[in-house]
Amino acid sequence: MTASTAGTPPAALRRGSSRSSLGLLLDAVYSGALFLGTFLGVMALGLLLWTIYDRGWDRLATDPGAFLTNFVSRFPARAGIKAALYGSLWLMGLTAAFSFPVGVGAAIYLEEFAPKNRLTNFVEANISNLAGVPSVVFGILGLGIFVRLMGMGPSLLAGGLTLAVMSLPVIIITCRESLRAVPDSIRLAAYALGATKWQAVRHHVLPAAMPGTLTGAILSLSRAVGETAPLLVIGAAVAIFKTPDDVSDPFSALPVLIFNWTGRPQPAFAEAAAAASIVLLAMLLAMNAVAIFLRNRYTTRW
Amino acid sequence: MKRSGSRRARLLASAVVLLLVLAACGGGGNGTATTDSTGAGKQAADLSGSIVVDGSSTVAPISEAIAEEFRTEQSGVEVSVGTAGTGGGFKKFCAGETDISDASRPIKDEEKQACAAGGVEYTEFRVGLDGLAVVTSAKNTFLECLSEKQMAEIFKEGGAKTWDQVDPKFPKEAIAIFAPGTDSGTYDFFVEEVLGDPKKPESLKPRADYTASEDDNTLVQGIKGEKNSWGYFGFAYFKENEAVLKDIKVSGDDGTCVAPSDETVESGEYPLSRPLFIYVKNASLARPEVKEFVRFYLETTPGLIKDVGYAPAPASDYEGGLAKLKSGS
Repeated sequence: MTASTAGTPPAALRRGSSRSSLGLLLDAVYSGALFLGTFLGVMALGLLLWTIYDRGWDRLATDPGAFLTNFVSRFPARAGIKAALYGSLWLMGLTAAFSFPVGVGAAIYLEEFAPKNRLTNFVEANISNLAGVPSVVFGILGLGIFVRLMGMGPSLLAGGLTLAVMSLPVIIITCRESLRAVPDSIRLAAYALGATKWQAVRHHVLPAAMPGTLTGAILSLSRAVGETAPLLVIGAAVAIFKTPDDVSDPFSALPVLIFNWTGRPQPAFAEAAAAASIVLLAMLLAMNAVAIFLRNRYTTRW
Repeated sequence: MKRSGSRRARLLASAVVLLLVLAACGGGGNGTATTDSTGAGKQAADLSGSIVVDGSSTVAPISEAIAEEFRTEQSGVEVSVGTAGTGGGFKKFCAGETDISDASRPIKDEEKQACAAGGVEYTEFRVGLDGLAVVTSAKNTFLECLSEKQMAEIFKEGGAKTWDQVDPKFPKEAIAIFAPGTDSGTYDFFVEEVLGDPKKPESLKPRADYTASEDDNTLVQGIKGEKNSWGYFGFAYFKENEAVLKDIKVSGDDGTCVAPSDETVESGEYPLSRPLFIYVKNASLARPEVKEFVRFYLETTPGLIKDVGYAPAPASDYEGGLAKLKSGS
């Protein structure tokens, strides 16, 4: 591909050719405005990262071991994030384990197998709408169904399922996009060689769509791991003095702890919260890095 | 064919790696949990079980501190503390989901009915006092003392817009109000104390045209920057920001101005201090680990409550609580 040259206009379109001066002016104005848009986004991100670094780095760097392996404490200097960190890692695993197979399955069905009828349209429209529902609503759903109706209590399982349900719409949508991007010639070639529909999907279409699907799934998971509201609603603990043994245990999570610490009167807790944010950010950035790696590694160009 | 085969193998491999990472997280969790319990085995820990505490985020730091200390005595007991808020906590408590409910106000009649409907009988314990600081910016020059009547004038619906309407001696400057939002227990307490019981028809209605936040740290930021500001929040937030804020003394019915301090809150001399409670399910109190935890709570709180920014309740409250605990069994 000629990706490296895609940004440069062909020689005939460069400035100085016979284009009108108004056109050239507009060209400069628009490219300036677009650059400003990009720049503002990056600026906001940079400012956020810098603020968190500025407030939290000292707290984290003085004794990272203790900060990561201590439980919470009423003395901010002694407080650590152990239970919340383990809780967040468990939640991440559970959410992935529930949402990925179900999401990919739903996407394959909708994209490859579902008949084009009203029911399918209805389901599709609802999935798109669900992707825009505020996370706290999923928390209320989780509280009603998983915690109360199914009697799971405020356990890891309830938390993981709630976050999984929240992540599903985005996973389904991104997986469908990736499936759609696989050219029909692949499917037709498979059929021509005698493959059944499932064989074509399983051996050719799905592997080709995997990079995009994984990227979407991991980004959706990162969002889930950073969520506070649904976990607060289903009853995640702030103070807990053990790490979970299994999915029926109560749990804490990093965002819940950060939220709680920023609300405390002592400024030292705000610093601890910023330090915990750095840990959470590192987790999210690592996940995004995995997503980028997978995409670059397995992308096929047709 | 070969190429796509190897790609599939690589994908599979990466999926396996992902699973392994997750499994490792799980394994790590188990590992540390075991070391914890063996370390605990050395001490005289004879009780086990788990205690679920939820409710007010104001009371949570006390419960957290108690749970932190309780671990050194009874490490076999697992305590978790949530912050669903006083109202949210009672919902769970009355549905039988929690053992102990933290509350920054007494249980309401509706909640009593919900508990009765849920078959949850409970015992109330007072565990501390939270002073409510009435504050302005450190830049303010004229505010020293306000009576509850004047504060009602400021906070009632259609109340004063400028300071000279509160007291003719004050300058004619707009009042900038920063106060907790309506979901906050602090708001409930202030409104009831200053404007009267909201259920009674003769009580004044609170105004809604002010800058509200559920986060006291946000209120601190607003109040410190504006020299004609006025607001109220937990005393602990004032103490941590004394350099940029100025406390306004409060005068009750007898007209003497009292500044908030650990001492005046504790003695009850300061009119705006609210009691903090825990509610314990009686069925849970029958379990030895819960009973021991509550006993520990009542005995330890007076010594450590100042660490988390509140004042101890009168000693009689703790003694009364311990007596209730004894007679209950």
